[in-house]
Amino acid sequence: MSNIKQSFEDHTSTIPAIQEIPPTPAAPRRMTLNMGPQHPSTHGVLRIVLELEGETIVSAAPDIGFLHTGIEKEFEQKNWQQGVTLTDRVDYLANLSNNLVYALAVEKLLQIEIPARAQWTRVMMTEFSRLNSHLVWLGTHALDIGAMTMFFYCFREREDILRIFEMFSGQRMMTSYIRPGGLALEPPRGWQHAVGKFIKTFPSKVDEYEELLNANPIWTRRTKGVGFISLEDMLDLGVTGPMLRGAGLNWDIRKSEPYSSYDKFDFKVPVETSNDVWSRYRVRIQEMRESAKIITQALEGMPEGAWQADAPHVVLPDREKMKTQMESLIYHFKIVTEGYRVPAGEAYQCVEAPRGEIGYYVVSDGTSKPYRVHMRTPSFGNLQGLPKMLEGIMIADSIAALGSMDFVLGDTDR
Amino acid sequence: MNHPAVLETKEAFGETTLIVDPARIVDLCRYLKDSEEYVRLSGITAVDMHPAEPRFEVIYHLHSLEKNHRLRLKCRIGQSDASGANPEIDSATGVWRSANWYEREVFDMFGIGFRNHPNLVRILMPVDWEGYPLRKDYPVHGYKYSYPSE
Repeated sequence: MSNIKQSFEDHTSTIPAIQEIPPTPAAPRRMTLNMGPQHPSTHGVLRIVLELEGETIVSAAPDIGFLHTGIEKEFEQKNWQQGVTLTDRVDYLANLSNNLVYALAVEKLLQIEIPARAQWTRVMMTEFSRLNSHLVWLGTHALDIGAMTMFFYCFREREDILRIFEMFSGQRMMTSYIRPGGLALEPPRGWQHAVGKFIKTFPSKVDEYEELLNANPIWTRRTKGVGFISLEDMLDLGVTGPMLRGAGLNWDIRKSEPYSSYDKFDFKVPVETSNDVWSRYRVRIQEMRESAKIITQALEGMPEGAWQADAPHVVLPDREKMKTQMESLIYHFKIVTEGYRVPAGEAYQCVEAPRGEIGYYVVSDGTSKPYRVHMRTPSFGNLQGLPKMLEGIMIADSIAALGSMDFVLGDTDR
Repeated sequence: MNHPAVLETKEAFGETTLIVDPARIVDLCRYLKDSEEYVRLSGITAVDMHPAEPRFEVIYHLHSLEKNHRLRLKCRIGQSDASGANPEIDSATGVWRSANWYEREVFDMFGIGFRNHPNLVRILMPVDWEGYPLRKDYPVHGYKYSYPSE
């Protein structure tokens, strides 16, 4: 084997290197190529205008807004409770992270305490949504690079996660499960069994993915050393999340600004230093393992008690109580017809979503409708780093680089 | 914060808000980035206080990784004159490059101009859209469905 390799190297070393012909200033042989908005590798409707010199990208200009649906405007028309359904539709792969950040921001203004059981369930569910998002990312990213089997493997596990979502909330994707004041429904009977069954086998599934990809020569050659962008540029351009951790920055909002009792869980923040598509892949794979650890801890140590806050003016009353107690009936009527009022003020809450920092800036004027909700979405920030990352690389590598960014266009355009 | 641009400091829910003189916002941003380690600009947004005056609040969310601290800057700006021209504020793109898209979004949604911005065009709405959707006097259902005629 080594002999063959040696002879191959001897043979190839005699081939002269291809001379690069610089373009003459009079005729810069440049071409403008329009990529998207229907290109499958842009994972949604992203249009990129590429300036090419041969096959090398000279400059790239992303054009966004094709999925703009005016969610921030619509927020101002709905009451606080109804707004939850809009947050699902922002980043449809990390719906529970969006539910959570909205609930936390509103609870900050309401100043209500959330019971431990609800907090732990929230953590467990957001970690499931992280797994969901990373699985979709890995499947589609590998498909772009040419590894088709990964797609089937990842979607097989994703299906199980969606079943768990359905079990908890009645919905596979638009869960709206985490609401201001607690959860939408009590965790269903027998959830421990479903979650336990999934989490027992999941680490071995991640092993399977790694077995397929880690030593795969096509995968390694298409990811290692591709898609470099310096850490300083990323920080300056607003990039967050696994992109930064793949460049050696140990920053995770779950650790630095713990929310929803994340400080009670034991997990590591994976950091890689090579700052390319490969390192982002390594970070996300390890994040999946850490998420599985968090879910196991939540499963084993789930506290008993209430799953909604003791705040009758915010939380819908129990159906039984509603039929027997006057007080509950009044609260139910008030919340359903008018919605609850949130004291005037402003709050900014951020969480670590699968793609990076989601921050909701919520302004209340004291009525039952939000005055303004601004979403600082990770995909919007991350996409700003795209032109810098694509500059100077080959057009074929741009597909791998794009995929490593893991953006969701619904998240970008809102 | 002892900087001449800061008019007022507020604390609420563990968050610090600085009310800033809009004429000196870039000075303050540069100071915060260079001397106070606020290396990240998390986002820029605006709030329309219609019909109050000054009408707009431009909000900057800053984040320092070293201090693990977040800071909110708030500039109140109004219509500059009676002609109804868009209000303007200096662009922070010279301090953080990420301000580029954030400011374009604010321009797109609120019609707030940013002086010295390298490319102040609409980002989410079509380039030939009329009106600014997130202003409070803009109707929810829109008043014109405009598509460019070929």
